[in-house]
Parts: sequence; structure tokens; C-alpha cells
Amino acid sequence: MARITLETLRHAYMRNPRAREDFALHSVDIEWEDGGAYALLGPSGCGKTTLLNIISGLLRPSEGRVLFDGEDVTRRRPDQRNIAQVFQFPVIYDTMTVRENLAFPLRNRGVAEADIAARVAEIGTMLELDDMMDSRAAGLTADSKQKISLGRGLVRQDVAAILFDEPLTVIDPHLKWKLRSKLRELHQRLRVTMIYVTHDQTEALTFADQVVVMSAGEIVQLGTPEALFERPHHTFVGHFIGSPGMNLLPARVAGGRVTIETGAGDPGHQAGAATEVVGDTAIAVANPAAGDGPAEIGVRPEFVRLAGEGEPGLQAALVKVSDTGRHRIAETRVGRHTVRLLVAEGQGVPEAPRLVLDPARTFLYRDGWLAGEAR
Amino acid sequence: MRRTNQIGWLFVAPVLLLVAFNALIPLMTVVNYSVQESFGDNVFFWSGLQWFEQLLNEDRFHAALGRQLMFTGIILAIELPLGVAIALCMPKKGPFVPVCLVLMALPLLIPWNVVGAMWNILALPEIGLLGYGLNAAGIDFNFTQSPVDAWITIVAMDVWHWTSLVVLLAFAGLSAIPDAYYQAARIDGASRWSVFRHIELPKMKRVLTIAVLLRFMDSFMIYTEISVLTGGGPGNATTLLSIDLVKKALGQFDLGPAAAMSLVYFLITLLVSWLFYTLMTRGEQ
Repeated sequence: MARITLETLRHAYMRNPRAREDFALHSVDIEWEDGGAYALLGPSGCGKTTLLNIISGLLRPSEGRVLFDGEDVTRRRPDQRNIAQVFQFPVIYDTMTVRENLAFPLRNRGVAEADIAARVAEIGTMLELDDMMDSRAAGLTADSKQKISLGRGLVRQDVAAILFDEPLTVIDPHLKWKLRSKLRELHQRLRVTMIYVTHDQTEALTFADQVVVMSAGEIVQLGTPEALFERPHHTFVGHFIGSPGMNLLPARVAGGRVTIETGAGDPGHQAGAATEVVGDTAIAVANPAAGDGPAEIGVRPEFVRLAGEGEPGLQAALVKVSDTGRHRIAETRVGRHTVRLLVAEGQGVPEAPRLVLDPARTFLYRDGWLAGEAR
Repeated sequence: MRRTNQIGWLFVAPVLLLVAFNALIPLMTVVNYSVQESFGDNVFFWSGLQWFEQLLNEDRFHAALGRQLMFTGIILAIELPLGVAIALCMPKKGPFVPVCLVLMALPLLIPWNVVGAMWNILALPEIGLLGYGLNAAGIDFNFTQSPVDAWITIVAMDVWHWTSLVVLLAFAGLSAIPDAYYQAARIDGASRWSVFRHIELPKMKRVLTIAVLLRFMDSFMIYTEISVLTGGGPGNATTLLSIDLVKKALGQFDLGPAAAMSLVYFLITLLVSWLFYTLMTRGEQ
């Protein structure tokens, strides 16, 4: 077990990277606490797998250092780093039985046969592979094969960390849930650092204590699921996490006053709607709004409500109300911008509602980042 | 009464005709010759299974079959491991991949009689680079007189000509292995040998089955190159089955015995191919 530190990592897959786009990872600095359960969340192609492969040693970063408990391991091979990794698609050794597959990482490290047998039996039982331990791994279903891959990742007890690269992609939904709970349970028991890569926010939020959100080769936020939800550090986190995602409205700051640019009079907006918004509207935000210039306002649908009788609010026009099963979502337009909000079961939404944005949960963003927050 | 769809025959007819003229009719002609005696002038007499009995008891046939099995065994034992080894050494990606592939394909593109002629000239003790070079280096080498030297030359020629085929097949098999397998092996701490034994070899099994079958059949039927290179000599030292068959059919014009030998030759090729295939695909579902 180890604390893993990544220092100013950059990685490019080409030989002489110049432009920012040449890099798959730019300037990643992060510390993974020993024994933590982390999820690495981000859309496809954002550099999650690259980052994971750099931690395990399959890739050597173009720049920067990887430290395990303060010791530089950047140039060490995966077996010297003593790390386990499970891949997206099942990898099994066709020539071996299930039992031999599970024992393989231990045998390669010269573990005593008696210990191997005990450990393999334990992992086999945990993954419910008991009745197929002595059959050839080649003939099994994708589900079982992926369980074997998982098993090979879990079988070593002394690893610095276990890395999972979207390990449940090929697994059946009901089994997926079960295996994820198993991994969670195993983490509670072993307290080994686990890093779980996924692009599925539900998977990330249910597995991890800490979620690391990546976008376009950099880490945009590290925090608990609650923090990511309540105070997104980047507009990307706002719309990637949560369903539906954060509302974003273009705004302008002038002398500490934040106004939403509603785009009134624009031919693109709902001309036939009952009410048209004219002019810009002042908005209260939770973070400091120093410095003049263009910015963005972000507020989650959960923190927007309909104004009461006589209460002032942002004038909007209702587009539609849809029911997702979990909530009812009202889609409205403020000028030419869409604002979604959650409405309670049975609550009526007028054709021309006025919206109140919770000032404690409404944030100002500059160039995508939360204004006034150190990165 | 069941009505049959007569128009269906029209659709099958082209293939039937093609197979008939391509395979069935020539084969039946051989079967026809194999049970008759001929003295020329298109006069034939029924001779039953006489030629088959004669062939199976003939020392000349046994010797040719023995030489044939030895030749095929030797070249399979060299070309398969060598081909796999070369494929493993080839770059997996980058600009050198196409260069290697073209270099590998070159021997396969040369007409077979030219291959024979090239090696004949190369190995000639008086003028050939190889033959003259060996003799100049003090090694007595003359493939036109020494049976051992003749065998070394034909084996070397076949290895040069056909190992590429095994390389290309093995390379295709290796290219199809996803990177995740190599990555998992590195994480699991597998040795280079384990990677070969447990990942590369099993993943190459299908293409290697094809390589074994192709190399077995082609080498078992080899004629052109050896005919040009040694003509079956010195003596009968390199007279393999096909060379012996041509001597019988065209040299001595013994149509009946040659036809019987063709059939036996064909059946042996078929049987051994089937055996290889069955053994190599055993245990697959």
C-alpha cells in the first residue's frame, strides 16, 4: 500500500509535441491518499486511461514524476511497482484453467504453493467462480472471463494500489451492481488504494469516496460526490455530473454587479411566447464577482424554483414539462437560453413563470473555472 | 407426390460444370487409367487392381515415399519455428512494417522454375557464389555428386522460398492480439517465455494450423524447383514422389502404374492433411 503522488505530469503519444492539442495529458498534479477509494470520471478520450497506465507503469510520462510514498518510481516497470490493474475487456490466458489463471500473478512472484491455493480459493469464492475453477478459461462467457480478470487483479494482497479501467463494461447490468458492491466491500476490508476509471457518473458516485473529474487531458476537480454536486469547480463538472446537468447562462460583470445577458430581441428566441424578457437582469452569486468582463452563471436545476405570488424573479417562458420517473423537469427559456428546473409532483407551471435562483448555489464562472477559486 | 423445383438445377449447373471439368473428370480419367493396361495406339485392356498391388510392393515407391516424408518433415521442422521466430522479431508498428512485409513477400513472388534455376546457379561448385565460396573456404561441396550436399541445397532452397509464408501468417496472427493482453501480462509479472507460451502461441494457433496444412501440402507435392535444381539426382537421391511420378508417366510412358501411383499419392496427401487438421483443432469448441 502506498500514497501515490503525480507531479506535473504531461504526456504526448507523439514524438515532438508542440501544440496543447498534441498532449493527451497536460500538467496533472494530484495526490492519491493511501487506502482511498477513488473514481476517475470523464468522457471517452479525456485521458483517463493514459493517466491510469502512467500510474501502473505501462506508460512512461513525457514529463513529470510518479512517486509512491515519496519515492520516485517514474522509471520502474509495472512488476517493480507492485501494482494490480484490471482492463476494460477480459484478458485471460487461454491455455490455463480458471484456477491457474487466478494463480498466475502469484506464481510469477514465487509465492508458496500453499498460500496460492488458499488465496485463489478465497477469491474464487468471492467472485462466485467456485463451480468452474478447474475448467478451461477459454470456453467461458464474457461475464465469467471478466470476473477472472478482476480476480487476477484482486488476488495479490500486498499491492500498492489496484487500478480498474472501466472493468464492468462487458458485464450484465444486475451483475454489474453486485460486483461493484463486492469491490466496495473488499475496499472496506482491505483498505488498499483503489482507482476506478469510468465514464458513468452513477458508477463513480456509488463506488468512490473521492471523485476525480477529468476533461480534455486535465483534472478539473477532485472532491467528494457531494462537493462535485454542490460546488462544481468547472462548468464541465456542472454539466457532466447531475442529470440534467447545470444550467449555464452567459453573464457580464461590471462593478461587482452580475447581469445575465438574456439575448432579448434576438430573432432566434421564442417570439411567440407569452412574455419576452427585455434588458438584462441582476443576479446574486455565491462566489466573489471581482473583475469586470464576460463570464457565465451556473446553477443546477435542483436550485432553481418558481417565484411565489408577487415575488420578484427572472422572467422565463415555459417550453415543456417532462417526467423522467425520478423527477419532473420543466424546461424554460430565458431570452434565447434554456433553463431547466425540477418541479414537485402535481405542481403547476405557468406559461410565463418567474424563476428564483438560490443565491447560495448560483456560481460565477470565468473561462469555465469557478471565479475566485484557486485551481 | 413431392414436386421438385426443376429451375433450381439451372442455378447449380455452373458450379457443377466447373467442378466437373476442373476436378471430377480429370480424376475419373486417372481412375480409368489405373485399372487398365495400355500398349499405345489407344488400345486398353482391363487389368483390375494389378498396378496397385505392384505399386504397394515396389521398393522404388517405398524409397520415394520415404524421401518425400523426410523432406516434408525436415522443412516443416525448420520453416515453422523459423517463421514464428522471424515474425516475433518483426516490428509491430511504424514505417518498417511495410518494408519488412514487402521483403518477406519477395521470395513468394518468384516463379518456381526461376527459384530452381537461381539456386542451381548459386550452388554450382564451379561458378556459383555459394558453391564456389564453400569450396574456396575449404569445404568440399558439390550438389551434383554428393547426395548429402544435394539435400542440403534443396532444403535450403525450400526454406528460403517458403519460410516467408509462415512469417506472414504468424505476423497476421500476432497483429490480431489486443494490446491489453501484453499489458495484463506485464502487470501480472509474466516472463517473456510465459507471454509466448500463454498468449502469443495460443492466439496464433489458428493461423499456424493453416501454415502447417499449406506447407505440408505444397512440400509434399513439390516438383518444379527440385526438377530444375537437381532433376532428382545425383542418382535417385532427391527423387521425391512427384519427380518419380513424372519419370514413370512421361519418361517410361507407363500410364497404368503412373495413374495408380497418382491415386495413392493423392490419398496419402488427403489423409495426412486430415490428420494434421484433426490433431491441431482438437479441443476447440
